[in-house]
This record gives sequence, C-alpha cells and structure tokens, in this order.
Amino acid sequence: MAKVVFTGGLRTLVGAESIELEAARVVDLVAALYARYPALEGKLEGATVAIDGTLHHDARYQRLLPTSEVHFLAPIAGG
Amino acid sequence: MAKIQVQTTINGETFDYLCDGQQSLLSVLRDELGLTGTKEGCSTGDCGACSITLDGQLVPSCLVLAAEAQGREIGTVEGVSSATGLHPIQQKFLEHAALQCGVCTPGLIVATRALLLKNPNPTEAEARYYLAGNLCRCTGYDKIIKAVLDAAASMRGESA
Amino acid sequence: MSNQNGSGSDRKFKVVGTRPIRHDGLDKVTGRANYGADLALPGMLQGAILRSPHAHARIKKLDVSKALAMPGVKAIVTSADFPEIGSGGMAAGESHIDPKDLQANIMARGKVLYHGHAVAAVAASTIEQAREACKMITVDYEVLKPVMTLAQALAKDAPILHEGRKAVGVPPLPEGDTNIMMRLANAKGDVDAAFKGADVVVEGWYEASMAHQGYIEPHATVVTTRENGQAEIWCSTQGPFAVKSMVAVTLQMDPNLIRVTPSEIGGGFGGKTTIYLEPVAVLLSRKARRPVKMVMSREEVFRATGPTSGTRIWAKLGVKKDGSFVAADTRMEFEAGGFAGSPMGAASMTLYAAYNIPNFRFEGLDIVVNRPKVAAYRAPGAPNAAYALETAIDELAQKLAIDPIDLRLKNAVKEGDVASYGPKYDRIGFIECLQAAKNHPQYKAPLGKNQGRGVGAGFWFNVGLQSSATVSINDDGSAVVRTGNPDIGGSRASMAITVAEELGIPVERVRPLVGDTDTVGYCDLTGGSRVTYATGMAVIEASKNVIEHLRARAATIWGCEVDAVEWRDGQAVGTNGASNNKPLSLADIAKQMAHTGGPIIASASVNPPAAGPGFGVHLCDIEVDPETGRSTVLRYLVVQDAGKAVHPSYVEGQFQGGAAQGIGWALWEEYLFDKDGKMENPGFLDYRMPVASDLPMIDTVVVEVPNPLHPYGVRGVGETPIVPPLATVGNAVSRAIGVRMHQLPMTPPRVLDAIETKKG
Repeated sequence: MAKVVFTGGLRTLVGAESIELEAARVVDLVAALYARYPALEGKLEGATVAIDGTLHHDARYQRLLPTSEVHFLAPIAGG
Repeated sequence: MAKIQVQTTINGETFDYLCDGQQSLLSVLRDELGLTGTKEGCSTGDCGACSITLDGQLVPSCLVLAAEAQGREIGTVEGVSSATGLHPIQQKFLEHAALQCGVCTPGLIVATRALLLKNPNPTEAEARYYLAGNLCRCTGYDKIIKAVLDAAASMRGESA
Repeated sequence: MSNQNGSGSDRKFKVVGTRPIRHDGLDKVTGRANYGADLALPGMLQGAILRSPHAHARIKKLDVSKALAMPGVKAIVTSADFPEIGSGGMAAGESHIDPKDLQANIMARGKVLYHGHAVAAVAASTIEQAREACKMITVDYEVLKPVMTLAQALAKDAPILHEGRKAVGVPPLPEGDTNIMMRLANAKGDVDAAFKGADVVVEGWYEASMAHQGYIEPHATVVTTRENGQAEIWCSTQGPFAVKSMVAVTLQMDPNLIRVTPSEIGGGFGGKTTIYLEPVAVLLSRKARRPVKMVMSREEVFRATGPTSGTRIWAKLGVKKDGSFVAADTRMEFEAGGFAGSPMGAASMTLYAAYNIPNFRFEGLDIVVNRPKVAAYRAPGAPNAAYALETAIDELAQKLAIDPIDLRLKNAVKEGDVASYGPKYDRIGFIECLQAAKNHPQYKAPLGKNQGRGVGAGFWFNVGLQSSATVSINDDGSAVVRTGNPDIGGSRASMAITVAEELGIPVERVRPLVGDTDTVGYCDLTGGSRVTYATGMAVIEASKNVIEHLRARAATIWGCEVDAVEWRDGQAVGTNGASNNKPLSLADIAKQMAHTGGPIIASASVNPPAAGPGFGVHLCDIEVDPETGRSTVLRYLVVQDAGKAVHPSYVEGQFQGGAAQGIGWALWEEYLFDKDGKMENPGFLDYRMPVASDLPMIDTVVVEVPNPLHPYGVRGVGETPIVPPLATVGNAVSRAIGVRMHQLPMTPPRVLDAIETKKG
C-alpha cells in the first residue's frame, strides 16, 4: 500500500497526516483519494508530486511501488 | 516641422541624414541608419547601453541631439572590429566570459575603448570608476573588469 | 575559482567542464545580435500605451474619438477589444496565473490597480504621433484611496482592490471582502512545547522592499498579423512557447494561429516569463492591418512590469545550548501587487528547507496592494524567506557565541534527511558548501575597525519541466543543435558542449541554435534554473539517437550487423567480426550520408523530475562608515553546489550575477511611492542598482556534488545565488555596527538611525 503524506491545506481537508492506499499509478491514487475524500476533488491537479523523494512536475502516469511514499506539493517553477 | 540636414562621420565613413530638432542621436543611429548595435536601456543617460564616442569623448547617445553631430566624428560598436578581426577588447570579453545576456556589451566595449585610449594602464579601481556609467545586471562586473584589465595588458604588449 | 569535487561521478569528460568561447559571443561583442527592439519591418507602425495616473481608481468613461482623429493614428485598443474570459489556473512563471487577471494586468478592465496600469494603446506612423494621441484619450476616473503597504492592506477599514473576491487556501480564511488572496499554513510537531524547552529564542520582524529584476533591455515586441488570423510575434522573452499560450488565452485565439520568435534577450531574471505588450500589439496590428512595434521606456518597465514582492516576515527560532534547532515559527506577508499571485508559496516551501528543525510552523499571506503586479524574480520568494531565517540564525550564533558556519553545520540537511516540505533528500551538497566556505581564506582574513563579516545560506529547488532538442549532422561532419530556450546567459555554449561531448567532435564544430515555436519542439521557458539541466538532457538524448544512426550507417558501409559497431571516442569501431575495419570518424560517415540512407538527424524530448536542489553559502565582508552610514563591500565569496559545471565560466557568472543582485537589494534598491501611490524613482538614477565601482571582485567556489537525476550530475545554478545575499549582507552590516538590522535596503539613513539608537 502506498503511503500518502499530507501537509498544509490538504491535511486540513483530509483530517489526517498520512493514509495508506492501494494504487498502481499516481492517476489511480488520485482517483482513489477523490473517491474517499470528496473535499479533495480537483485539488491535486497540477501539483508537483514527490514519489520517494523525487519531485515530478507531472506524475500522472508514474508507477507506484507498494512501499512508495507520495507527497502532493504546490507547483514549483522559478524565475 | 522642417528637418535638419546633418553631415557627420560614423566609424570613419561619411553619413548624411535628416533629423528632427528634438531627435536624439541614438534614435537616428538605430531607427534611421540601422546601426542597432547601440542599445537603448533607459534614454536618460543612466545605463550606458547607448555609449558612443563623439570626437573621441565617451557620451550616452540618448542625451545627444542628432543635430549636434554636424561635422563631428561618431564612434559606435560597429566600428570597433576591423578587417583584421576583433579588437583585443572584444576578444578579451569573449575569453573571460564577460557577458551573459550581452545587451550592455556594446556600450561596455565602446566605453572600455575610450578608457584605454586615455589610460592604457588602469588600476582595477580606475577601470571600475570609469565604467560606473555602464550598468550590467548579469555579471556582477567581476569578469568584465578582468577582461578590461587583460585587454589593457594585451594592448600594451604584455601578456597578463 | 577553485573546484571542490564531491565523490560520485567517475565519468571522464573531454568537453564538459572546459571553457570554450560562446558561439553567440561574436555577434554580441560586435553589436550584430538582434534584441527585441532591433527589428524593423517595412510599413511598421509604432505603438504606445496610455497608463493610469492613479494607483487605484474606477474607469467611469473612456473616450478615444479625439485621439483617433489625430495625424498618423491608425488604431486604438482598449479593454473593450479584449474578449471577456473566465477565471481558472494556467501555469506560468513561479505560480499559477489566472488568465482573467493576466488579461486585466495587460489592459485594465473597469478598474486601475496601480499607477502606470495600461488603459489604452495607440498605433501610429511614428512614436511621437502615438504618444501625442495617447494624451488626447479622455478617461474619467473615480479616484479611490490607494492601498500602498501591507499594513494598509490588512487594516480593518482597508479599501478593497477586488470586491467580491474571496481568499483561498488553508483556513481560517478571512470572511467577506479582503485584500488577502491566499493563506497557506503548515506545521510539524509541537511548536509551542518545543519553544518552552529551548535554551535561547530569537524573534523579530524582517522587512524587504519590493525590488525590480532590472534587466537592461526593456520589454519589446514586433507583431505582424495576417488576414487569415495568424499572428507572427517577435519579442524578448524567456519562453516563446509560454508567450504563445498566454497570448492565446488572453485573446481567446486558436494557438495554432500564433508563431513566436524569440529575439536575443537582454536579461530577464524571471521578469520576462510573463507578457505585457504582445496581445496589445496583436490587436493593434489586426486593426491597422500593418506590423506594429512596441517598446517600453525604462519608466514603464519600473512602473508596470514585474518587480518582486516586498515582504514583512516575523520569524522566531529556538535552539538548545549546543546549537541544535528545536523550533521555528514564521508569519510571512507578501505584496502581490495589483493582482493575486506573489511567490509566497515557494517562499513557504524553501523557508526551512536547508535545516533539520523538528518542530515548525508557518503562515503565509498573499496580499494585494496598489503596486505593480509582481512577476517571477530569480528563485521567487526564497530570498525574502532566507533573509528572515538566516538573520535569526546569525542572531542565535551571536547569543550562543558559536561560529555561524558551525551553527549551520550542526543543523544542515544532508542526504536521507526529510525536507521541511515533505520528501527525503537524495544527494545534496549543503554540508560540502558550508565546509568550503569555512576553509576559504576569506573566512580567516582579519577584520578592521567598523568592519563586519556576514554568513548566509540559501536553498532553491531547481526545476525540470519539458524540453525538446534536435541534432542534425552536416555532410562535413559538423553538427547543429536546435532547442527552444532563449539563451539568457550562455546556454547555447552548454548545449554545444553537450553535443560535442556525446559525439566526440570539437565544440567549435557544433552550431547551437534557438528556434521559434514553429521550428523546434516544445520547450518550457528559460527559467527555474532548468535549461542546462533539462534541455541539456534532451540534447544528450538526441545526441545518443544520432549515434544510433551513425552506428547503423557504419554497419551499412562495412556490410556488418549494427551490433558489431560501437561508438567510441567519436568514431565507429568494429567489434565481433567487424574489427578488421578501420574506425570511421563522424566526418567519414557524414561524407557517405547520401549513400547510406540520407541525412542524419534525431530529436528527443524529456520531462524530467525537479532537478536536484541547489545549496549555496555566501560570505560578505563589509565596512560601514559610522559618520555617513555608507556600507562598502570589501570582499564577497559565493560557494555553491553546481553538481557538475558544464561551462565553469558561466556557472561562476551566475554565482557572481546573483550575488550582485542580492547585494543591490540588501543595500540600495527599493521602490519609493508618494502618498498617492506614484512611484518616485522609476529610473536607474534613483532606483540604485550596483555599478562597477560599488562592488569588489566576487570570488567563487564551484562545489560539485553530482546530481543523481542527471547523466553528468548537473544541477541548475541560476537562481540559488540570489537566495543568501540579503541575509549575508545584513549580517555583515549588523556585525560591523553592533546593531541588528531588520529592514532592507540598509541605506545610509537607516544604518545611521540604527547606530544612533544604539548610542541611545
């Protein structure tokens, strides 16, 4: 089961610091999160996603391991 | 309004142009004569991107009226290199990576040429004060000053 | 200029790490290079913009009829010519921009939100005619009270910039109309309990002024439109593809009709990641059916284009006697300018990123004020955040009588530590940077009277994002590499170096080109310190694809299987039954292209992960004249982890340039407004950027701890250098005068005030 860690506003919406979910890819994980937490709906689009420490600008079809730890962060760009 | 006819020398070549009374020399160089190597950064004489020489003296061309150039000798960046190749100042700017975006570079090259004609062996402080009218936002001036001092040494026939 | 190698990358490079003369250099030292304002087209009109004389006002009536009748006037555009669009996010620069706001910033709709906000535009035969016509446009304003400071914006009875717009983000959010556009907050551990257990606590407010990127080339564009709706846009930009999508959204155009050609760019630093003129020029050109050129004056650049946020940050940091951080708490208030979208989000993520702090909390507010809408500026938000935290760390070091580098070393993040923003760090070089600074001769140089030494550190994510590249081989064995990233500081050279490294040919035999949006594959913008990293990766991939072709061509020539051909040191070498063939160079194969299948060309594209964080440590030695309050920078050192320096001169150049910008922000640069909200210093004489005589040589140490995400170990280097200087310079001044400074810039009057206060 992949572990999803929430910070800031997402934590407030979910009401937990982290949860575990079964998902093969990020897109499946997001769908499962939306289903479980309707308040999250749409809030994870465009996020920078950290999977086991690596920050992906677009992680939609990234595969997850059962041991993966996932963070949803604000989009990161720069000047 | 009647145009003013001006005859001048630019980089050793004779030019005739018509200009308005309030038109800057920078505007004539860029917009009428197509000499766009001279850049416009502020039009208030504060940035040095439009540096040229007028009878050998370094001036911001945005503060010179085009009509004032009558009978005078203008030097722009387009006249710095020659048939034999780059001027040592240009060569040293390249070797020292003394430019990043490059938009201040034409002004700095012209200003450095004016400096080294006056003072072939400037100290670092002298170079910094002479070039204080030429803003560069990319480099922090470090590599520019190194290039200027190295160009001076090279023009004096010394290897730095 | 020394190199300190971290262990790791054992690849022996031939070209990477050398310092060839940049390929575009010749045109830049001779004045041939064409920047935004250097293009002229036959029949071209000149455009000018009428700007608001008020910082906050409602537009009651706008009449252009008199102006239209002026000599030479061919077209006038107002907000009525822009399509109405809805809200919604779009990625650009440092944050998601609301297209409706983007459009309203380009041309005010209903309300002006800062002095200098565009309200109409004129195209005429000459620029003088266009400017004269602007004066004949009559605008009836209902002048409103301007909101110029964060305190005014947050006051109970504050005038509201955007009526009916609700704050978003993390609750609790303000009820009803507010100038707070977004609130972010996060916490870890039990902060209050941890502070109780701390041995020493410092807290204070740290203020930084709004500052401008200060690129020397003003914004400029030339636009041609066609009868079939197509628009050809030439402009100075960090991202031609971003311009294309932003013009498409603001004008609700089919993007397929838009082609953007980037000119040479005369500096950007984030400020040219957004658009101001381009859609206006498209509309003017459409109406006039002529090409239109628009060039900003310096005054317009200051009044109406992207500064970065002024900030007020309250920070509190608690520490044990041994120097270990136990708790931190921060409240950050960011000026967004007239529209939502300051870099507060990035600031909140970078704030604690360099240190292990077991308990922390922050709150961040994005606040609209009647100042120009901020744009990205080099590591957006991070310098402001680091100013607060790195100053607090310096205060703690003084209170604990601990060396400020040792205090940082004790708490610095390293591989495997969990970043404050969530994930674990892979290989990073912060410790190596701190040690290199500590070992540098400057750190031991004696200080005289009225002199102080400041230490500061900084972190920036560096980004990846999308890039593509095409490499083609000429029949003489030379190569061309094309990408879509405007070369803002030497990236053509690093792209050419990369091709030369992969193909094994001299770097002079590679010609690097920057294409327009129709001639190259998609590239995200030149920003986020991403070009040498991400676009470089696309170039590596494209070069490898070319090598596959070269092996196949060699196999054709030799009549053997491809498997029997290896590419080694720039030539095809036969193995397994083909080894009796004389190796073929790239030139040998290129000569036979026509016989072996035609031209050799290959492309590649990438969307790599965010790029491996950059850490930097700066040292500043300063002397303060106690009579005048004037600060003189005596020595300055930048130490930063570059992962692997592809062209070390341009890496050093990024270090030095970022430091100089930070020094300017710390000592001299600020936006000054009068009581009506008009900027008082919109020129280089009074907005005081560093000049050559203000600075010493800026020494650099390039630390190389390879980035595991990149084949060469490259990390982005462009942004990190502006993160440490605000605190570094501030700490130096504070130590020189013996009073802690809390406000930037530290102009002579402010320093004198501080000295007077100390005397009592």
